[in-house]
Amino acid sequence: MERYWHVLKLFWATALAAELEYRVNFLIATLSSVGGLAGSLFGLFLFYRTGYTFQNWNWEQALIVLGMFTLLQGFSATFLAPNLNRIVRHIQQGTLDFVLLKPINSQFWLSTHTVSPWGMPDLLFGAVMIVYAGNRLGVEAQNYLLGLLPIGFGFVMLYSLWFMLGAMSIWFVKIYNVTEVLRGLLEAGRFPMVAYPMGYRIFFTFVVPVAFLTTIPAEVILGRGSVGWLAGAAVLAGFLLWASSAFWQFALRFYTSASS
Amino acid sequence: MSAILAENLSKFYPVAVKEPGLKGTLQHFFRRTYRNIKAVQAISFQIEPGEIVGFLGANGAGKTTTLKMLTGLIHPSEGKVNVAGHVPFQRKSAFLRKITLVMGQKQQLIWDLPALDSLRINAAVYGIGDRDFQRQVDELTEMLSLEGKLTQPVRKLSLGERMKAELLAALVHQPQVLFLDEPTLGLDVNAQVSVRDFLREYNQRYQATVLLTSHYMADITALCQRVLVIHQGQLIYDGSLDGLVDRFAPCREVEVELAVPYSHDRLSLYGDLEAIDGRVAKFLVPQESLTRTVAKILSDLEVVDLAVTEPPIEEVIGRVLQSGSVV
Repeated sequence: MERYWHVLKLFWATALAAELEYRVNFLIATLSSVGGLAGSLFGLFLFYRTGYTFQNWNWEQALIVLGMFTLLQGFSATFLAPNLNRIVRHIQQGTLDFVLLKPINSQFWLSTHTVSPWGMPDLLFGAVMIVYAGNRLGVEAQNYLLGLLPIGFGFVMLYSLWFMLGAMSIWFVKIYNVTEVLRGLLEAGRFPMVAYPMGYRIFFTFVVPVAFLTTIPAEVILGRGSVGWLAGAAVLAGFLLWASSAFWQFALRFYTSASS
Repeated sequence: MSAILAENLSKFYPVAVKEPGLKGTLQHFFRRTYRNIKAVQAISFQIEPGEIVGFLGANGAGKTTTLKMLTGLIHPSEGKVNVAGHVPFQRKSAFLRKITLVMGQKQQLIWDLPALDSLRINAAVYGIGDRDFQRQVDELTEMLSLEGKLTQPVRKLSLGERMKAELLAALVHQPQVLFLDEPTLGLDVNAQVSVRDFLREYNQRYQATVLLTSHYMADITALCQRVLVIHQGQLIYDGSLDGLVDRFAPCREVEVELAVPYSHDRLSLYGDLEAIDGRVAKFLVPQESLTRTVAKILSDLEVVDLAVTEPPIEEVIGRVLQSGSVV
């Protein structure tokens, strides 16, 4: 365990060193993050401008959902995208061989090898938006802390799904588009689930668990979360994480590596 | 105990077969037919600790597939394999710490950063302490003459330096068994020589076992006393390098300088005409008919000079790899 921690620290220190070679990127990432944020705020504002509200979600409460979504985007840009999109490249170029020949869990290596600071602005803005809206609603400190729990589960779920999609490139080498489909579906997390008709709600809860990623953490912060949903999130996160590891082991059995 | 032991090792791949053209494409889409490709067929060999063995074969002969079975990257379809006392495919930590794989056409170093950063990661992954790491890196740096290069970004290194740094990264954990797949690929002659010298020195210093594939015959002749030759998935030769020439090329090269030029057809009556350059002709003549042929050439043709030599080893190996035999 200690060795893994040591390796992780080195991975990230090295990745940051590599990324910070390009300083202008940080400015661009911040600008693009601000632009994206302005766009989604405007989208939400369009609903509320005329006095329309999603059922049980006033403007500030909906802002929390949007904050969650921004946080999630930052998380995926920082931790998921740079690593998991690389799996495809490893398989195409056959460099997965090097990873598999290291005495370390290959899923750990592939999932944590790099980190990109360019998602940091999104993480920051997401947190600021949640705290801003929460303060206007008088959310108490322990609710924020409690909210960290479902946010953590959400991160685990998103990671597991993404990793499984990436692992599929062992069979279908040209799969880099498929993670875009996942990203597209996640866009649904911008708004509270009640914004969607019933059929979609079921889909986004039980098929692609978007509800667990933004709406449920927001509800917990607002003090409306139920133990049932929280426990459900924990079980689902645990199951998906286990599934991702089992799926990876299964996929590796088919790996014959790119011929050279 | 042997460092590497392979018994009747085989690997079969199902490969989809497609006819050319649109019709073929449609058929391929709806009803796919597969053929089993026998990439490696029942090869057996044994390599003792400390040996450097050359592994030869044309492209597609099954070299890489065999290396992948030996390193545990793919599971053999049949047969048994044991490397450093382990079954490779289980990829146990104890096994992975004893071996390394270097692939000339693939890189593990991080492109934008100095090689030292990648080396540190490898050291952490293998759980090597700071002091051991430093000692090992210093020693290898000196052997590879890489002083001062490890702190430069990898992208700024020359191809030769990069390959040496790759070797260093692959050897940080002092493996006992080295699998080298084309380690000198694309390097200039000087860089090839220094990589070769390094491998020889490493082998002697650490008594490491080395299995080496290369398309540069000079690598093989410089490093390996013993070679394995694989042709279309089958092991056709296992023995000394000199023995390879005797076995596959019991031939001599006869170079004749003629007083007058003769036609190609006329000359080819005397043996396998290898080259003809003005009035100089080169024949490849089987050992047993050497005296007869030379006598015949001397009596039939107007000869200025005649020399009999052994054919160059590169040529012999080249022919063996291409056709599985020389003649």
